[in-house]
Amino acid sequence: MNELQFLTWVRGTGLDIAVAIFLLGVIWRLVEIYSLGRKKDLAAPRHTPGASGWHTIVRRSVPPPGMFKQSPVTYVGGYVFHIGLALIVFFFAPHIKLIEGLLGISWPGLPSQIIDLVTVVTLAAMVVVLVDRIKKPVKRFLSTFEDWFTWAVTFLPVLTGWLAVQHLLLPYTTMLALHILSVEVLLVVLPFTKLFHAFTVFGSRWYNGAVNGHKGVPV
Amino acid sequence: MSDNRILETLAGQGISRRAFLKYCATLASLMALPPSAGKAFAEALAKAPRPSVIWLPFQECTGCTESITRSHSPSIEGMIFDMISLDYQETLMAAAGHQAEAALHEAMERNMGKYILIVDGSVPLGLDGAYSCIAGRSNLEMLKEVAQGAAAIVAMGSCAAYGGLPKANPNPTGAVAVSDVIKDKPIVNIPGCPPIPAVITGVLAHYLTFGSLPELDHLGRPKSFYGETIHDRCYRRPFYDQGKFAKTFDDEGARKGWCLFELGCKGPVTYNACASVKWNGGTSWPVESGHGCLGCSEPDFWDAGSFYKALSMPANPLKLAAGAAVAGAVAGIAISVSNKARKGAAKTGHETTTLADLEKHHE
Amino acid sequence: MTATLEKGVRVLKEVIDAPIASYFNSCVHCGLCAEACLFYTETGDPKYTPIHKLEPLRRVYEQEYTLLGRLAKLVGLAKPVTDAELHEWQELVYNSCTLCGRCSVVCPVGNDIVYMVRKLREGMSASGNAPDGIKGAASRTITIGSPMGVKLPAVKAQMKHVEEDHDIPIPLDVEGAEYMVMLSSMEIINFPEYLAAIAKIMRQAGKTWTLCSTAFEATNAGMQIGNSDLARVIVTRIVDGAERLKVKTVISPECGHAYTALRWEGANLVGRPFTFQVKHIIEVLGEFQEQGLLKTEGMETDRLTFHDPCQLARRGGVIQQQRSLMKQIAQDFVEMPDAGFMNWCCGGGGGASAIEEGEELRLEAFKKKKAQLDAVKPDRLVTACANCRIVLEEGLEHYQMDIPVVGLTETIAEHIPDPVNSEGA
Repeated sequence: MNELQFLTWVRGTGLDIAVAIFLLGVIWRLVEIYSLGRKKDLAAPRHTPGASGWHTIVRRSVPPPGMFKQSPVTYVGGYVFHIGLALIVFFFAPHIKLIEGLLGISWPGLPSQIIDLVTVVTLAAMVVVLVDRIKKPVKRFLSTFEDWFTWAVTFLPVLTGWLAVQHLLLPYTTMLALHILSVEVLLVVLPFTKLFHAFTVFGSRWYNGAVNGHKGVPV
Repeated sequence: MSDNRILETLAGQGISRRAFLKYCATLASLMALPPSAGKAFAEALAKAPRPSVIWLPFQECTGCTESITRSHSPSIEGMIFDMISLDYQETLMAAAGHQAEAALHEAMERNMGKYILIVDGSVPLGLDGAYSCIAGRSNLEMLKEVAQGAAAIVAMGSCAAYGGLPKANPNPTGAVAVSDVIKDKPIVNIPGCPPIPAVITGVLAHYLTFGSLPELDHLGRPKSFYGETIHDRCYRRPFYDQGKFAKTFDDEGARKGWCLFELGCKGPVTYNACASVKWNGGTSWPVESGHGCLGCSEPDFWDAGSFYKALSMPANPLKLAAGAAVAGAVAGIAISVSNKARKGAAKTGHETTTLADLEKHHE
Repeated sequence: MTATLEKGVRVLKEVIDAPIASYFNSCVHCGLCAEACLFYTETGDPKYTPIHKLEPLRRVYEQEYTLLGRLAKLVGLAKPVTDAELHEWQELVYNSCTLCGRCSVVCPVGNDIVYMVRKLREGMSASGNAPDGIKGAASRTITIGSPMGVKLPAVKAQMKHVEEDHDIPIPLDVEGAEYMVMLSSMEIINFPEYLAAIAKIMRQAGKTWTLCSTAFEATNAGMQIGNSDLARVIVTRIVDGAERLKVKTVISPECGHAYTALRWEGANLVGRPFTFQVKHIIEVLGEFQEQGLLKTEGMETDRLTFHDPCQLARRGGVIQQQRSLMKQIAQDFVEMPDAGFMNWCCGGGGGASAIEEGEELRLEAFKKKKAQLDAVKPDRLVTACANCRIVLEEGLEHYQMDIPVVGLTETIAEHIPDPVNSEGA
């Protein structure tokens, strides 16, 4: 298989398979998780403004009082790489083109110089959170193979994408193909690893907000 | 004929020694050789006896031949035919039928082990090669026979180099590249649909001068011509970097000459010299005329998604998605039904805890 | 019938629900919950990371309720939960967790970790892996009627003392009273001033109230041990008592978990909504204050600070009331760092204070409270939970800090004028 065939495979069959596994996994896992249901809370509710699942979905994006200085690296690193990933995925012109091709919707992108900067910053933030995971006793203690694996699976698409655009290390065709392949790996493993928090984070925050909101506590 | 020296022939055609030297220098620079190589070219070409060349056309469209022969004005590339003794070329030769076959065999015998074999077109393997025959013999048979006595083989054009259009899905004739059939001869691939004439001349000049093929990359292509992508050398590249893209062939961006990436240009993944050598004597080339690169010099370019789909788009429509979504829903519902049963059984099996039940049973 | 691993796992299978599934799938091992847990912050030992305390529950969830987990179990790739492991986890699930819920409010993906600890305790208790200390308390509550072994005669004796000392009637079993007042045995034995304070406050507010002879004890060791069957037995007494006396509101005493047990878990334990309201005494006082029914004289001049019981504030939603009550009677009311919603636990909630072998850890964790107190240096520490009060006193004594701990209700009652001098007496 030569580079163009490799690229064509990842753009074609590979993408088809990856998107299929992703969709299959996401739907299966979402049904599997949320069909477990929960009991109705029979205690008389206390109504407090701002105490609800929906509020918590939004509110939990901000560090609770006093928490930022407890673990600044986690927060700054986390913010930077999550926002960075979102900007890269949704505002790089070729990505928008891809989404348009798949879903038929599009929006204006950001200039490639800005995306380039964001990418470098995101890569740096991801390295920082990795070092933090290695160095902090709690994080190291909690970490399993999955944590290192999912880090790599998230890091590689950003790295290969950047290398491809910058024409570094390997010929563009090969790097672009590797980039797309790494994204496909990410899509395939996402529903079955902790990366699935990309979906369940909303459910989790909602439940937490709703359970505590029932008591009138805006969490 | 074959003993004639090149320079004499050229002089006969009104091409001066000066023009010839200039051409050799240009060729050397195109091939990224040192300036001294231009002189070496000139000297070698001037002295060299014209080598015998056998040109076999297989599953092809004659586009490659056209590319080299159909110049509006007598181009320097045309001189290729003065450098060599083209002993067999069906399209160009006057002979036909048995006469032609006789010429072929005569050339083979006379120059056994020394002649250059140029092939254009792919080799069909299906139905024992019956898809393409010459004089009642399959291309496969002919290629094997003629290749035996060749010093080197030039696979001219994407069909000979990679299988090309005949090999495109679903490849009904079982077309393959020359290199898929012949394994024991040096082969240089000159892909392109058609290839750039100067590349052919360059390769032959190199062979005549140095007695060897130029340095090749992992796909058997001369590195000097196929070392960089169209995109890297494209004069529209700055627009790509600025994010300025033509969205349609007649919008403002197209008129301003912006990047054609979104219109499906395959320049970023195509290795060829079009952007620097250009076509028709340096007049223009596809991107300059307003159309994206098709990637014609890349293997299987025909099957690499639509010519008009941006590289970042899926090559084919996603066929599995809908089925996968349904399968996911089925799997999810199946497991949730099973989970409900499990949870129900746990509830049914619940034994009310009393104080005594807080202690483990000690033997 | 005895406790077995099988029983424990079956109970876990009963209680695992969609929120738990969602939480386990959301955890990214960021470790922020550790920073919220005083057992980690004060010891630096990563094993006290809240989400780690749930490891057995996570595995039961994966192996029972996920397709991949079930397949892994089928081919022997999944590590089953063992009795030895649950025993090992006892320290993490009970000794080093006070159900304070701080982890649940910091988790960036929104995991309600304390919700899961509460559920894991169901399996721990059913498998016989609850600590002896809380088992004893539960046993006394069920058989005798209170975790400290207090019986009705002891309550009656206290009633009599209060009536004599304060010349104020303490009603018992009065049908149709507006409020039914609950006590914690801690208050019956150690803090009798609470009962007198209630009587004075109710008299001033002009409200009818009563104690209940069949349901005076509010604490619920069944909930602390994490066993709904036992918790139900205890709560049912209160429900029956309240319905027998046809009261409008049951007042939970100055006790955090009693409030949670009755206010938030009670209806779910008995399986139907209550026909009466449940309020913490601080909520009732807050209402009286708002309605102008709480008139006090004089101000405390000492420097006072307030320790928010977790179950009242963060887990119960009562945060503002205690502050405006404090301001009514204290000139120099100062807030500790992180006070209110983010307050740090005393270290002995959720049954932890009943675990003898957990004392050393508890005192280690108390350093957090010490730091909070050192920041404001109060003359006295006010709180609204008898258990917090005991744990705080122990901690203060251990660290040789001379700060008296008092209850908010009795502190307010001290400022209520005698009826002779007051207009509406």
